[in-house]
Amino acid sequence: MLKGMFSRPENMRLYWKQFMQQCVDIGVGSFGIVFIISLFMGGVTTLQTAYQLVSPIIPRSTIAQVVRDTIILEFAPTLTSIVLAGVIGSKIASELGNMRISEQIDALEIMGINTKGYLIMPKILAATLMIPVLVAIAGFLGIWGGKEAGVLSGVLSGEQFMMGLRQEFKAYNVFFAMAKSYTFGFIIASVSAYYGYNVQGGALEIGKASTTAVVVSCVLILFMDYALTAILL
Amino acid sequence: MIELKDITKGFGDKKILKGVSAVMESGKVNLIIGSSGSGKTVMMKCIVGLMEVDTGTILYDNQDFTAMDAHAKKEVRQQIGMLFQGSALFDSMTVEQNVMFPLEMFSKDSLKTRKKRVEECLERVQLKDAAKKFPAEISGGMKKRVGIARAIVLNPKYLFCDEPNSGLDPQTSLLIDQLIKELTQEYNITTVINTHDMNTVMESGDHIVYMYQGQKQWEGSNKDIVFSKDQQLNDFIFASEFLREAKEMRQLDMFKDGKWKEHLDEQLKRDGKK
Repeated sequence: MLKGMFSRPENMRLYWKQFMQQCVDIGVGSFGIVFIISLFMGGVTTLQTAYQLVSPIIPRSTIAQVVRDTIILEFAPTLTSIVLAGVIGSKIASELGNMRISEQIDALEIMGINTKGYLIMPKILAATLMIPVLVAIAGFLGIWGGKEAGVLSGVLSGEQFMMGLRQEFKAYNVFFAMAKSYTFGFIIASVSAYYGYNVQGGALEIGKASTTAVVVSCVLILFMDYALTAILL
Repeated sequence: MIELKDITKGFGDKKILKGVSAVMESGKVNLIIGSSGSGKTVMMKCIVGLMEVDTGTILYDNQDFTAMDAHAKKEVRQQIGMLFQGSALFDSMTVEQNVMFPLEMFSKDSLKTRKKRVEECLERVQLKDAAKKFPAEISGGMKKRVGIARAIVLNPKYLFCDEPNSGLDPQTSLLIDQLIKELTQEYNITTVINTHDMNTVMESGDHIVYMYQGQKQWEGSNKDIVFSKDQQLNDFIFASEFLREAKEMRQLDMFKDGKWKEHLDEQLKRDGKK
């Protein structure tokens, strides 16, 4: 499928338009859910870390340090991507599946358009570009949510949290998170597009393809999460 | 002109097309008819290249479509317009945008010229007022007409229609048939229609290929079809008791109006006995 995407676009302007449309759908369309889960993810991480750090000799600022690294290394890229696999993956699979069943893909083929190039490539490129952006936003929002939860619950002060955030910060962790998010973005879009594009049957099969796409994406995300952690850390 | 030479197509052990040869003539409405499962949809999909044939050749104006590379096939496809059974309109686009799409993709004309062409096509199918509507907001018959407008917007040499009348009332069906026939003659298009609608057969069948169990069983025109002695074809055309009785009554009418001799002469000539 991926090989078939690469051919000279019939009309570069329409391909670009399609790419921008996908960027809006994936980026802006998923921002709401990313905003909500990131805030709560950060808040819960702060409270649970504080609950587990019972020793009086460990400074409270350590909570912020743990929250920062947990969110950057794991929660922002992996948890966000798993949620996005559900949101974006099912959308891509059902959209392409519906186009296949209603013969819209055949109609494009008959016109002489490379449907893999026109329909799938912009989705993969947009997901590979926008999911890292969403992951970066999720990271910021998660840390901010953690700070707000810590201050509101009285676990630590705002100054203690900011001090902890700056302690032993490694920029490489951000690179690691971005590497994961690019990989996960590609997995989500390509797996979902594969299942959607190859649907055969009717409405029931579109639902099945959508579910399979999400399940396979999630499993692959978790597998790659482990593989990348083992290789890069 | 499209020529099929001994084409076969199967899925696993099941042979769907068993060596079909036929010629689809230019400027004529060519019909592929047959009961469900006779292989007519597979045949049409093979002709337009949505499926690859197992053996045999398909010639578009003497160019072997089956032997062409992807690039050459793309060029032939840009001369094809197709009306799908479910219309296959793009849900997210308005009627106007649907018709504009092939022009946007392939035409180098200015926006003004493209818009004018879209207007012409929508006017031709009497849908100018529905230009800003979405496919979900229009009726089945209107969707078919939008499909036709989209199929002809690039002035195709070949027009394919898969079950153009399915799900339509008899009057709307007739309008669609007439429209396709007019367009075929107007632009000298090679039109191929896949149907089992007998109104279409009688109204537009300049050239008819009857498919039976993956083979071409009969070939002729709408003038010959009712006089055919082919048992399978007769079972297909006169499927109901009512139609069989109507056929007999019509034959009696021929005797009453005194035209039986002309019909008989015509029949004998066709059978080569005169």
